[in-house]
Amino acid sequence: MLRTDSPTGAVAVPTTLGGRAARPNQAAIRRFLRSSPLGAAAAALLLIIIFAAIFAKQLAPYDPYTNDYGAMRRAPTAAHRLGTDNLGRDVLTRIIYGLRISLVVSIASVVLGVSIGMCWGVTSGYIGGRYDMFSQRLIEVLTSFPTLILALLLSVSLGPGLRTVIIALAITQVPLATRITRSVVLSVKELAFVEAARCIGATPARIMWRQVAPQCLAPILVIATLNLGAAIFAEAALSFLGVGIPPPTPSLGNMLGGVLAQSFKPPWWLVVFPGVMIALAVLAANLLGDALRDFLDPKLGKQIRDV
Amino acid sequence: MQRYILRRLLTAIPTIFGITVLIFIAMRVLPGDPIAQITSESSGQYTLSADELAAARASLGLDRPLPQQYLAWMADVFRGNLGHSFWNTEPIRAVVLRRGMISLEIAILAVALSWLIGVPAGIISATRRNSWLDNVLRLFMAIFLAVPSFWIGLSAVLFLVLVFTWRPPLSLIQLWQDPVKNLQIVIGPSIALGIGLAAGLARMTRSTMLEVLHEDYVRTARAKGVRERIVLARHVFRNALLPIVTTSGAAMGGLIGGTVATETAFGVPGLGNYLVQALSQRDWMVIQNLVLIYGLIFVAINLIVDLSYAWIDPRIRYQ
Repeated sequence: MLRTDSPTGAVAVPTTLGGRAARPNQAAIRRFLRSSPLGAAAAALLLIIIFAAIFAKQLAPYDPYTNDYGAMRRAPTAAHRLGTDNLGRDVLTRIIYGLRISLVVSIASVVLGVSIGMCWGVTSGYIGGRYDMFSQRLIEVLTSFPTLILALLLSVSLGPGLRTVIIALAITQVPLATRITRSVVLSVKELAFVEAARCIGATPARIMWRQVAPQCLAPILVIATLNLGAAIFAEAALSFLGVGIPPPTPSLGNMLGGVLAQSFKPPWWLVVFPGVMIALAVLAANLLGDALRDFLDPKLGKQIRDV
Repeated sequence: MQRYILRRLLTAIPTIFGITVLIFIAMRVLPGDPIAQITSESSGQYTLSADELAAARASLGLDRPLPQQYLAWMADVFRGNLGHSFWNTEPIRAVVLRRGMISLEIAILAVALSWLIGVPAGIISATRRNSWLDNVLRLFMAIFLAVPSFWIGLSAVLFLVLVFTWRPPLSLIQLWQDPVKNLQIVIGPSIALGIGLAAGLARMTRSTMLEVLHEDYVRTARAKGVRERIVLARHVFRNALLPIVTTSGAAMGGLIGGTVATETAFGVPGLGNYLVQALSQRDWMVIQNLVLIYGLIFVAINLIVDLSYAWIDPRIRYQ
């Protein structure tokens, strides 16, 4: 399962994610945690955030949708630790629920976008020819939009809502994942074990799935983690601009939308706390991504940059 | 070099064609048509009769077959005619020119700022690797890469309002009308965007500098007694410049998107703000043409980056 001739220098971790190994490779994880304390801290922070999002119902002190007109725009107190918003809803509660939405959106979009990108990259790189040419042009068109503009265009054409944001953000992630995968595939498909598989009569589909695709897992894992931060970021921006998650559903972005416009003397806690939460979540994802990249392959950084 | 430029220009043509098709499809085919969207959203207040709907469609050319609509749009764009907004009669081109100046100022200032802060920070960080200064700088880089620029904008405005009871002017004032007022408008967004860009640039500068520092020619230069300052300036930085330029160019994409959110946070009447307004009003003609403009700007930036890449590194020209 573990290939030492991997051009990406894939080590133990990716093989555990190949779907065939039932148990995670604990030794590799332990090695990763020891080699990068910062990465371990980031992973811990991300786990805490995910935990908070999953158990939002148990952790949040109030209901995120119940308006309390007797306690509108209260500064942080013992009853409302992070204050209340314009409708008297508890900010801490809404941040925890908002975290849930942000994570659902970012994780779903990363899984969707990166897997599409990976399939596309593997087929494009392996099959080559006209299909590859056409794919490359299409990818080029997709990358010719600034990410946020593309996401804006897609979400306005699909209409607002959770599913739209996920699809829009997923599409913005496809090009990079495709390019990275394709570049790995181009070098892998010339290697001896691929040729060997071809010689014993394996079909192209089988070679792509069993021989080539596993080699791309290491870079894809790194891209996915780094994209996670970018997706949290993008969701916040889209919702802030009013084309992402529509209120009253709380999201970290839409909590920030319109805060300054709504009053002459804006309540500071409505601006500060959701923003800090976005920054923490993005920071954790970014640091983990960097640490994973350094751990899995230092050369990868250059590769991601160059493609 | 000329052949390279020509080749690169030719490859941009299919990309631009693809962009226009993608925008066109996104705006027409997916959700029904613009009129359907507008009427469905205002259906509570008034309803258009079937005749009125047909008339509205005809006036916008929506009753024609799609390829014809596409060609008509392209013909208009080539003539420099961007049409007019659904809600008022001012030509979009005039609005774009007026508001675009503000956004351009913000973008230029932000990039300048990112170079002024990011590159020196990256160099310092790389040359004093693992010192406390390096660690502090890296901490700042990580933080500013994670903080959304629109949130910096919101916080800055909030701070100004609460502490000085002053906020930047919300009106549109051009540089040649009143430079001081104009600066008050653009400085905030430029700083908010510039910090994030600087963080990315500093990181890239640091990592490429570190890479180049290990090259043989650097060791050779040092061995023959060249002063460290000269080694860094001539041998290391010059060779590290390539990825820095690329990052800067790639970051422009983020910058273009970033201006949209940051302008909204500051309430600056730039191009990005116009787009957001159009999005909330479902003003599809404005959206369609603005997205096209953003796409074209991005393609142009990529083109310039590629050309400067070839200019800096002769090896690329002859591939």
